[in-house]
Amino acid sequence: MSLIRAEKLNLYYGNFHALINVNLSIEEKRITAIIGPSGCGKSTLLRTFNRMNDLIETVHIDGSIIINNENIFSKTTDIDSLRRKVGMVFQRPNPFPLSVYENIAFGLKIHKIAKTRNELEHTVEQGLKSVLLWDQLKDKLKTSALNLTLEQAQRLCIARLIAVKPEILLMDEPCSALDPIATMHIEELMLELKKNYTIVIVTHNMQQAARVSDDTGFMLLGKLIEFNKAEKIFTNPDKKETEDYITGRYG
Amino acid sequence: MKKIKEFLIEKIIFISGSLSIVFVVLIFIFLIKEGILFFKYVQFKDFIVGKNWYPISSPAQFGMLPLILGSLLVTLGAMIISIPLGVACALYIAEVVNPKLKDLLKTGVELLAAIPSVVIGFIGMVTLVPLVKNIFHLPTGLTALSGSIMLAFMAMPTIVSIAEDAITVVPRRYKEAALALGATHWQALYRVILVAAAPGIFAAIMLGIGRVIGETMAVMMITGNAAVIPHSFLQPVRTLTATIAAEMGESIRGSNHYYALFAVGIILFIITFIINFIADVFLHRIKK
Repeated sequence: MSLIRAEKLNLYYGNFHALINVNLSIEEKRITAIIGPSGCGKSTLLRTFNRMNDLIETVHIDGSIIINNENIFSKTTDIDSLRRKVGMVFQRPNPFPLSVYENIAFGLKIHKIAKTRNELEHTVEQGLKSVLLWDQLKDKLKTSALNLTLEQAQRLCIARLIAVKPEILLMDEPCSALDPIATMHIEELMLELKKNYTIVIVTHNMQQAARVSDDTGFMLLGKLIEFNKAEKIFTNPDKKETEDYITGRYG
Repeated sequence: MKKIKEFLIEKIIFISGSLSIVFVVLIFIFLIKEGILFFKYVQFKDFIVGKNWYPISSPAQFGMLPLILGSLLVTLGAMIISIPLGVACALYIAEVVNPKLKDLLKTGVELLAAIPSVVIGFIGMVTLVPLVKNIFHLPTGLTALSGSIMLAFMAMPTIVSIAEDAITVVPRRYKEAALALGATHWQALYRVILVAAAPGIFAAIMLGIGRVIGETMAVMMITGNAAVIPHSFLQPVRTLTATIAAEMGESIRGSNHYYALFAVGIILFIITFIINFIADVFLHRIKK
């Protein structure tokens, strides 16, 4: 059964039609990659899933996105709990200017997940272990998260997210600020996380999409051109535009 | 020709730039020179902790403690009012209000800084002072409380505009990250944005204190100017600044009284210097 379903989704920035009649359905506990050249609307699409586009005043959206059988644009949707359920990792690692510990404790505190100090400490430790940062950072919990390397910072952002127990992880070019080794580490982590979470990743790195994704969607100028199993998209796509893009004729 | 022009312009700019520093140093030297003579007659310790300020009785007594406490009390009161109001106002302008109203509010707050202090004092005298008198059933409304309230208004523009800048420069990605974790707008504000902006807000508060402690006209008009050790906000007090302003005209040049006022000036200068210095340290920290 599909976890996320977009139906006749249209999005406008003022007069600019940024997403044109997008229909897609994303399966549970798989990695779905959205690829396409810059400006094709892939990040915009990702940011509709947790309604981050609401922060931009001129945005207007038609159509629906169904997550867990609920239309997230319905008036009764609680945006804060939607965003807790549908977490996001950003292009540039954005840890809070707080300590490593407080970065993870933030979500636990605002959602009242850990009540006692012991619970809090335990959950922070679990969070750091799940992104393989515990051994590196267990003696630096009190230091500022701004002093971490980019890879550590991005891992911390993922740990911070996992701590609030989301169902879906949206990743907006999570490796574009990282070097190839760090990228490889994050990709390994994604494959590990796939066991428990549904991951949607936006990337303009086609090889990355080919390496990690189960399903892949190709977008061009606001339209979702093709959506299929990753092997199919990367070996024998149905549409000419997709083939031209993955063979490097443009993009 | 070109080289000479460049040389001249460079030097002119250099001189203009250094002049302000030269002036500060000159003022300080002048203050010290005049004030230091006073300590030939009175011990520094007696000056600071002496409880009686009777500069023209004989023998004259120059105990500055009532003045220091007067200044501190009025400043404390003003800060209790203006810090929460100012920071809340800055948060509102930086994070909550819609863009159209934002400019209007910012201009409004900055206009508040343009009101001359004598006008603030005058308005306080005819409106606030009677009000305080009636509410608390006091013999006079000229109290530390009245001074604190009016000075809070004078500190507001400084606190609001600098704190607002500090909040505005907090990178947007922090707020996005907090919201994406399901934080409410308020949770994002006070757990992340306020924390990130804290050094700037602290600097804003320090500069606000500096403004209040150095203010003269308004406090002289509405605090009652009684040089006694204050025990509550509902008593008249006299501040360091008001003492200098009120007494300098009537002291005889070269007398002990005259030098005593300079000594008061030194103390005031040191206090404001320290406060501004702390503010500066924190402002520099943000720029990094």
